[in-house]
Amino acid sequence: MKELSLNILDIAKNSVKAGATLTTIEIIETDETLTLRFSDNGCGMTEEFLKNVTDPFCTTRTTRAVGLGIPLLKLEAEQTGGSFNITSRHESEYPDSHGTVTEATFYKNHIDMTPLGDVISSVVTLIQGDPETDFLFIHNRPSGQVRLDTRELREVLGDEVPLDLPDVLAWIRGNLEEQYGN
Amino acid sequence: MKSLAELAAIREKMKDRVVLREGQGDIRVVVGMATCGIAAGARPVLSAFVQGVADEGLSDKVTVTQTGCIGICQYEPVVEVFEAGKEKVTYVKMTADKAKEVIEKHLKGGSPVAEYTIGQNQ
Repeated sequence: MKELSLNILDIAKNSVKAGATLTTIEIIETDETLTLRFSDNGCGMTEEFLKNVTDPFCTTRTTRAVGLGIPLLKLEAEQTGGSFNITSRHESEYPDSHGTVTEATFYKNHIDMTPLGDVISSVVTLIQGDPETDFLFIHNRPSGQVRLDTRELREVLGDEVPLDLPDVLAWIRGNLEEQYGN
Repeated sequence: MKSLAELAAIREKMKDRVVLREGQGDIRVVVGMATCGIAAGARPVLSAFVQGVADEGLSDKVTVTQTGCIGICQYEPVVEVFEAGKEKVTYVKMTADKAKEVIEKHLKGGSPVAEYTIGQNQ
């Protein structure tokens, strides 16, 4: 991937596919490191699936037996000297607290660091793709926090106006741009 | 600031219109957004369709949605156009600029852009 923001888009979709009603995407930056954390309340993975999940030949997709999303993220983190971790609670064992947390830490100053790229476009694309589910996006930077919670937007919009309406998507993009100080 | 008040104004403006919109949409534009599509550049293609359809006032008849892997990863970004009563059109190796052309000629004009279809890219 050319940008970590594309990994964000890709990995967050796993949560939606797992039936999550809320997916939290956090970017936590220090001067030296950048951590991506995805936490969801989806169906979770069984221990057996979890063991194989970083294997490219482990995938939920049906069109072919290769899944590169997780292996790519892991590789990109590890090539900066960083780390990758994934934990999950499957609904069969944890009926009330199931879900998955995926975390990748990068060393920003490493020569093989993938640039973060256009995070705003990824957040807007995620919401456009699955306007029925909720996303909480938090970016903690040394210079301050950027935050967007679709549950708050939904409260204002009511039931009749969906999040994927062009005017609403434009508002979301504008709101994030202002928070980033663009 | 893009305030919540502004969002509430959008709600007031749109709430009656949205009801009208439902059940319509004769044309469906589907963009492949699995790992393969995203890595090949599908995000700007999708944005171009979403933005273009809104800008051209086509929202009543065109819906833009995302899907997973279509199964022809080497041709990504892949875009499929479904229209009632017509054969599916599959565009391959798309870019944002090609998307604009497809909106103009196909979605607005009614004739598919043959040179971007899978048939002419094999």
